[in-house]
Amino acid sequence: MRLASLLPATVVGLILFFLAFPIVVVAIVSFSSATYLTFPPPAFGLRWYEAYFSNPDWLKPTWVSIWVACAVVVLATFLGTLAALGVARLPKALRVVAAGLILSPLIVPGIVVAIGIYYAYSRYGLVGTPIAMVLAHTCLAVPFVVTSVTASLSGIDPRLEQAALSLGATPGATFFQVTLPLIQPGVLVGALFAFITSFDELIVALFISGTGAVTLPRRMWDDLRFHIDPTIAAVSTLTIVLTAALMGAAHLLRKRAERTRMVTSSAAA
Amino acid sequence: MTGIGTNGVSGTGASVTLSSLEKTYDRANAAKAVDGVSLDIRSGEFLTMLGPSGSGKTTTLMMIAGFETPTAGDIAIDGKSVVAMPPYRRNIGMVFQNYALFPHLTVEENVGFPLKQRGVPKAERAKLVAEALELVHLPGYGARYPRQLSGGQQQRVAVARAVVFKPRLLLMDEPLGALDKQLRENLQLEMRRLHADLGITFIYVTHDQEEALTMSDRIAVMNDGKVAQVGSPEDLYDRPDNRFVAGFIGESNFLPAVVRGVENDMVVAEYEGTLIRALCPGKTASGQTVMLTTRPERLRFADGTWTGSEGQHNRLRVTVTEAVFAGERCRYMLQAGNGTSIVLKEPSSAAIRRRAVGERAEIAWSVADTILV
Repeated sequence: MRLASLLPATVVGLILFFLAFPIVVVAIVSFSSATYLTFPPPAFGLRWYEAYFSNPDWLKPTWVSIWVACAVVVLATFLGTLAALGVARLPKALRVVAAGLILSPLIVPGIVVAIGIYYAYSRYGLVGTPIAMVLAHTCLAVPFVVTSVTASLSGIDPRLEQAALSLGATPGATFFQVTLPLIQPGVLVGALFAFITSFDELIVALFISGTGAVTLPRRMWDDLRFHIDPTIAAVSTLTIVLTAALMGAAHLLRKRAERTRMVTSSAAA
Repeated sequence: MTGIGTNGVSGTGASVTLSSLEKTYDRANAAKAVDGVSLDIRSGEFLTMLGPSGSGKTTTLMMIAGFETPTAGDIAIDGKSVVAMPPYRRNIGMVFQNYALFPHLTVEENVGFPLKQRGVPKAERAKLVAEALELVHLPGYGARYPRQLSGGQQQRVAVARAVVFKPRLLLMDEPLGALDKQLRENLQLEMRRLHADLGITFIYVTHDQEEALTMSDRIAVMNDGKVAQVGSPEDLYDRPDNRFVAGFIGESNFLPAVVRGVENDMVVAEYEGTLIRALCPGKTASGQTVMLTTRPERLRFADGTWTGSEGQHNRLRVTVTEAVFAGERCRYMLQAGNGTSIVLKEPSSAAIRRRAVGERAEIAWSVADTILV
């Protein structure tokens, strides 16, 4: 009896431990004072963070990643939002097909996408340019934006748009004053996911970042292959913190969106 | 007050003419949602479209608002066809079933929304919004969000928003459907008051016949995409044109009978050997099988205290099969000769003898309350 009730908690605990332990190890190692990767660390210090922040070989890829991710956010959010709005207005049969096509970059194995992009871009001499990284990552990020905005749209009462039109708002005014503010949480969540998608992406970067557009994950990969010191742990920890913060922000936005939706549906009840 | 949206004819309502209006959603499927609706809605009238769900009333309203395009026919407002006009240029106020208030805007911003679209300056806007909120008895609620209001209050805000720009026509799609009975009755009276105050044309859609009877100048009863009958509440209740209207509005008894004679607007028909006289709005001929209808509360037991005059009444022998005391009245289920069920409602009084189940009795009712449908 007591064992039966303890079992689920134990299983969940083990799963969480299994998932979180490597991250915890990385975080601890990043504060190590040793000159080599070892666990547990002999003493603690910030020397590997200093190493990271003072080394242009690390900082340059970091800036490339940030710039690429920001450009991806702008492009993917714009395109993904438009796509979601368009798909929502399609007849049902077409909607399924269009949604499937838009989501295909998530379904096709990453390595296949990467090879395809590599061949396509090399034909136009794009490989190794930041533009190539932005375009490729935008393709990967758009599905996240579409999914998120579509979810927001489905929570909106279609009568709100009709009400706006009946009150004299042109279709344009209806979009900017009613639809857009209502799907805004979904758009922002989509934008955050677009950032994370680009910032964390490695496979496509391996193929097309060349030497001219080395991103942070690519730099980390190279570092692991050629020489290894605890700087990688510091970089990893920073990346984890950033990603976690963005995920947290996305979660808060979703919460807020749910509250608004609750209001609309309670009015309908 | 400014003359926003009054088209130069301030203080009067728009007239609306629907001519052979049709709506088919799917070409492959021949069923018409709206099938040849013609209606003349007068300036300043409170017209209700009443019908069961799927009768085409909401589709008709949506076509007037401009959210659906007619498959055939025409809609004219003040004599001008609006079929090709987009909804945002029709200048029609509309109250939706679930209010459709913008959840991200305050009450003030919601009500000011149509004014903003029309470029009304901010100061003027604030004044008009305050007036509109006053009109629906919600002054001082401007800073709240819709989610902070009760259903009834949200409904009032929706009305304020739909009339603040002074449209000459207000459409309402079951605006009270989501509210409880008590509140609904209060708001029905308020709608009537609002209609009188504003003097504009109201087109109101509901499936609630009581609501329609209480509020409307005229009612268009809809069934299967067609108008079954148009008339004042009294017309529809006292002189239904057809079986659907008789059955849908109020409770009705139906007696199948065979016509034996027609004189002027009166018809004599035979039911199980009993001759019954009825008013006959349409044409009929001897020998035809027809349906006679009468209201349960207009039947009386024709013995003891009954004082009606023989010449103006029909009489029928029945057996009591069920007797229910319901406070203000007694409700009897009766059976006539061949098994036809008849409902009789009698105002309750300690002075009136209650009938027992199984008792045989005779009932009587006025010829004027007997209609051939």
